[in-house]
Amino acid sequence: MAAIELNGKTYETDEEGYLVNLADWDEDVAAVLAEQENVQMSNNHWEVVNFLREYYNEFQIAPAVRVLTKAIGKKLGPEKGNSQYLYELFPYGPAKQACKIAGLPKPTGCI
Amino acid sequence: MLHIVNKSPLERPSLDTVLQAGADGAILLIEDGVYAATRGNAVEDRLKKAMGTLKVYALGPDLDARGVADRLTEGVTVVGYDGFVDLVAEYKTNQSWL
Amino acid sequence: MTTKKFMIVNRKAPYGTVYALESLEVVLIGAAFEQDVSLAFMDDGVYQLKKGHQTKGIGMKAFEKTYGALEDYDVTKLYVDQESMAARGLTPEDLCVPVEMMPRADLGKLMEDQDVVLSF
Repeated sequence: MAAIELNGKTYETDEEGYLVNLADWDEDVAAVLAEQENVQMSNNHWEVVNFLREYYNEFQIAPAVRVLTKAIGKKLGPEKGNSQYLYELFPYGPAKQACKIAGLPKPTGCI
Repeated sequence: MLHIVNKSPLERPSLDTVLQAGADGAILLIEDGVYAATRGNAVEDRLKKAMGTLKVYALGPDLDARGVADRLTEGVTVVGYDGFVDLVAEYKTNQSWL
Repeated sequence: MTTKKFMIVNRKAPYGTVYALESLEVVLIGAAFEQDVSLAFMDDGVYQLKKGHQTKGIGMKAFEKTYGALEDYDVTKLYVDQESMAARGLTPEDLCVPVEMMPRADLGKLMEDQDVVLSF
């Protein structure tokens, strides 16, 4: 089992680098996860990451990209609820990369 | 003796078999078996009738998980995992109707 | 991609077996591929939608909340079998999401009408 060591804390990760325990997540480990994904976190990135955490909290799942796009559009407006915007923030897949940084499991239906 | 039933009464005949065997002692309902202890279930009357000779217990965490703790049939005693252990210790033999 | 009519038939209570959770995963995957998905709940399957799951005591994930996300996945056709509900003392008000309750015979006809039926 892999792990991230940070500030004297150990964060367990699976073989693909996702956090094993949702409750371990904090902004410090998110920054490390983002670095591993070569993502420079801006306010727009945090907005999506926090949105995903809220979504998970409410529905207990990480949404598929199509659903994420639609739900973000509903909450943050159409200029953000489109796949071009989200892929610019997370070039290797918004669901996959943003979920990893948010400390969520890999989205259901993600291939 | 203690009869432990972990199957829903509408999915498997386990509970009916226990009741028809004219068992005395106690029935402990666990896992999907706890649905038998809910008001409005088709076995409610049969279970109530059996309460004359049998004590009926249901495992609290399993009732909670299924969202049915608030519709418990009258006369059923809710126990926790500690109560489960006490019941197994109290009766000389037990049968799990898996 | 061709769109097919999928019906997922749920007949097992939650938590006692893994069927309900697996079924939900399939629903989410199917809907992510933009298929026409509907769900039928029969026999003990109607218990999956019972409101108020508190699973802390059994150490399992409460997936009741996930049924609330089905709308985001455009899965809005949820049918429950009237006879199964009656045998369990349940009414649609006892369930965590809006459903259409129908007599078993009508549900059977609806099953006949599908391209693909998946059984859980």
